[in-house]
Amino acid sequence: MAYLELKNVSKSFGGVPVLKDINLAVEKGEFVAIVGFSGAGKTTLISLIAGLLQPDAGTVKLNDLEITEPGPDRGIVFQNYSLLPWLSVFENILLAVDQVNPNWSAAKKAEHVGKYIAMVNLTPARDKRPHELSGGMRQRVSVARALAMNPQILLLDEPLSALDALTRATLQDEVSRIWSDDKKTVLMITNDPDEGIYLADRIVPLTAGPGATLGPSFPVEIPRARDRKTINHDPHFKQLRRDVISFMLDSKQHRHTTIKKKLVLPDIEPEDLNIPRTMTAWRKTPIRRHEIKAETVEVDA
Amino acid sequence: MNNNPLKKIDWLLLPLIGFAVGVGLWHLVSQTVSKDLPSPAKTWAESREYVMKPFEKRGEMDQGILRFTWYSLILVAKGYAIALIIGTPVGFFLGLSKSFTKTFDPIIQILRPVSPLAWLPLGLVLFLGAGKQASELGALFTIAVCAMWPTVLNTAVGVRAIPQDYLNVAKVLKLSRTKTLFKVLIPATLPYMFTGFRLSLGIAWLVIVAAEMLTGRPGVGGFLWQEYNALNYSHIILCILTIGVVGFILDRLMSVVERRFKTA
Repeated sequence: MAYLELKNVSKSFGGVPVLKDINLAVEKGEFVAIVGFSGAGKTTLISLIAGLLQPDAGTVKLNDLEITEPGPDRGIVFQNYSLLPWLSVFENILLAVDQVNPNWSAAKKAEHVGKYIAMVNLTPARDKRPHELSGGMRQRVSVARALAMNPQILLLDEPLSALDALTRATLQDEVSRIWSDDKKTVLMITNDPDEGIYLADRIVPLTAGPGATLGPSFPVEIPRARDRKTINHDPHFKQLRRDVISFMLDSKQHRHTTIKKKLVLPDIEPEDLNIPRTMTAWRKTPIRRHEIKAETVEVDA
Repeated sequence: MNNNPLKKIDWLLLPLIGFAVGVGLWHLVSQTVSKDLPSPAKTWAESREYVMKPFEKRGEMDQGILRFTWYSLILVAKGYAIALIIGTPVGFFLGLSKSFTKTFDPIIQILRPVSPLAWLPLGLVLFLGAGKQASELGALFTIAVCAMWPTVLNTAVGVRAIPQDYLNVAKVLKLSRTKTLFKVLIPATLPYMFTGFRLSLGIAWLVIVAAEMLTGRPGVGGFLWQEYNALNYSHIILCILTIGVVGFILDRLMSVVERRFKTA
């Protein structure tokens, strides 16, 4: 029995299918990365696991219990940090700790929060407000908040995609370090296959939407601790990267369809002045001989 | 240009020029178009006593100008407090519940543009049974009713404008209803609320004059109306200037408070 299990999960918005027949099983302590195109429904997928959305069909189970609502047993790091701007770093994390451990003494809560602030190297910024922090620092607060709740599973929704490349690399190392210390179950969503391969035990590509579904798993058999500098030359890394990317691109190419569309061509033909006009039957548009043409075109769906 | 010494004090110089132009026009009008309008010099001469001894009380309707202002401010403070205490929760309900909005928005939109002059008689009727207190209660009612709307509407807009992210945080952390209210909804709405509070205060101060004029209560507005009836026109101008200056100061104070919350 897998720890996190999605069975035939489908979700559509306003009649448009976003996710179709999603099946995923994540074992305890595993780090799984889901790689997908932007707009493919990655955030929808994580919202379903978080319980912020309910699936139209299928079930989402964590630890054999069906997920019906959001809860602090799933720590989420949102793409846009989602820190409360009127609270300091400390208070933002304390709010979460307070929620999970309401019976702790104030001193114990403060110590716990301090420990996680230190874990993400933000002790000097402890009393700063989010708007005083850089994007990378905010995201670290968000990670610390999720970890401090001591969740059963950590859900990362494109946590690093809003950051510049260098900050991103630093934070990837940090996520990797925290994961190897904590051995939490992690489900990360990303649009960067390299990031997924560098961090995860297993990569699962999400096909292009609409009606996106998960492809086959690609296990990452590169031993930890992985080295950013040498990993680029690792033949397994290169092969994996090729496989994942080509799978994703193929999934996109198979989506060619044929539709019929009426095309109105630009006015390049002179008006036909031979047609008689009367004031009573005034035509608003000029009369041309071949105004409307039908054409069949091939488009990307 | 930057070396021009005048440039450095233009923050003081230019407003002074503005005032001088205003006073000049006033003088001109009093000399030409309307001989009944007291000139600036005459206004000052007749108002001197009220300005120089601002807290003196010579009779019920003959007191220093700051003493009158004080009476007015106290009444405004009471009415304004009522407006905020009622208006803020109503605004929250409007922002949180679509059906509440659908139910009460039409009536709010209809009552909102009604002038304070129209509310006051109703206020007096409402508290007829209160005897001597009727005029004060009626005035408070008018101030509260008129000053409430900006707070109501701005709070509602603020609640509706709370980013989904913050609400998601509350959901994911499973915050209780009270905690969500005090830790997320209220802090996120505060900047909007304070904009409403500031507009409400401006209106409350506008209404006070009308309320005092009609009820004859001692205060800046009551004094103004009494002096009009007593043909002391220069005191009308004194009252207008006082009302303007006090209103300006109140607005500045509120905008300082407002800015304090904007950065949050």
